[in-house]
Amino acid sequence: MRVSIDTEICQGQGRCFSIAPSIFDFDELGNGVVIGDGTLSDETLSLARLAQSNCPEHAIFIEE
Amino acid sequence: MDTKPPVKDFATDWDHTDPQWVADPYPIWEELRGRCPVAHTDRYGGGWFPATHAGVSTIAKDTENFTSRTVILGNGRPGDDALPAPIGVAPPITSDPPFHAIARRLLLPAFAPGPINALEPQIRALCQRLLDQLGDHEIVNGGAEYAQYIPPGVIKHMLGFPEDDEDLFREFAHIIVEGVDHPEEQRIEEFAPIEEYFIKQIEDHRENPRDDLTTYLLNVDIAGQKLADEHIFGTMVLTLVAGIDTTWSAIGASLWHLASHPEDLERLVNEPDLMPVAIEEFLRFYAPVTMARLVKHDMEYLGCPMKQDDWILLGFPAANRDPEVFEDADKFIIDRAENRHVAFGLGIHRCAGSNLARLELRVAIEEFIKRYPRFELADPEAVTWAQGQIRGPRNLPIRILD
Repeated sequence: MRVSIDTEICQGQGRCFSIAPSIFDFDELGNGVVIGDGTLSDETLSLARLAQSNCPEHAIFIEE
Repeated sequence: MDTKPPVKDFATDWDHTDPQWVADPYPIWEELRGRCPVAHTDRYGGGWFPATHAGVSTIAKDTENFTSRTVILGNGRPGDDALPAPIGVAPPITSDPPFHAIARRLLLPAFAPGPINALEPQIRALCQRLLDQLGDHEIVNGGAEYAQYIPPGVIKHMLGFPEDDEDLFREFAHIIVEGVDHPEEQRIEEFAPIEEYFIKQIEDHRENPRDDLTTYLLNVDIAGQKLADEHIFGTMVLTLVAGIDTTWSAIGASLWHLASHPEDLERLVNEPDLMPVAIEEFLRFYAPVTMARLVKHDMEYLGCPMKQDDWILLGFPAANRDPEVFEDADKFIIDRAENRHVAFGLGIHRCAGSNLARLELRVAIEEFIKRYPRFELADPEAVTWAQGQIRGPRNLPIRILD
């Protein structure tokens, strides 16, 4: 399971790294970035899904 | 404004300055969602208002067919030659691609979470000072005595402007945002002192550079070229206008909600961990900002015969109440977990100051409820809401309870 952010879609709304700071960080422009390679465990999957369901731009993708 | 005929049907004759819309726009938008869902008006020279999330989202993301050349709806339309192309009057909010990306890229680092989060202690101290001044009064004005002072205090510091000029800032913001109905010549006249003041500040910073946003704007370059003074001035106007009435409105509306919903106030006081989700629900439910676009060319769009230079009023607050996207959209749910609200817009013009606005809103509410854990509206009928594209309570008398 992996999470990724489509950088073409992300506009730096800032929801992902606020909700799930263990999974997402921000770059110097304030856009969201995935920490590491985005691999999710059973424990972090629900948190990633919560961030996904709060992204106004629909920029977060989860491969299960 | 007083001479305008009252709106009879918002589907065919909407006016966002109509007293009914100003007082309570939500039932109007709900009706429009069911009927149109893109409403039309002949006022302001012609315009459209999409009332659904889908309509707002489609137009917000479409920079091919709509221009941001001006984002505040008024009686006149600035001609292309009236603006310092390709910048627009207040880059990047009034810029279109491809210049938009350049102007935005140079501004965003100053508003990214890193530098903004560093302001938290300063914002907290400002809120505490304001609360100290309110003292133990039984009635305090959450708008005029508290919320109103927070954003100018922060932005004044960011731009490196004189300490004593806060009142002047607020006056400028009002002139720009709330004078949309004034005739074009009057608008130009009203803008003159603003321009004069900002040019003076730019000159002072050029002579005495310091560590602030104004100096940053003077030093950055685009492909080796320093920014034109109009660009710097425009971006300063943007931070002032976009940062003051908007955040003040969000803080005020949140206090208004807590003052009129004791169960939510009590939960927030007892469960401080709820604050981040509560803030997002305040932003969804009371989103203060509506933006405008202009139609670029004649076209059939969303089933509407749009004409070049027709206005689009992009109702992000209306999108936030669309039941197609939000469960129980018309209910304020303080612990709403899934909340894709669009209070800061969508697409390339996402509010550049959103990180700052959120921080100010959170700290302002945290400090207020820490100082006053119980309060209510002192006189619900006395509360007045701002007209125009920024919605929030201006007069907000609050009774502090023991």
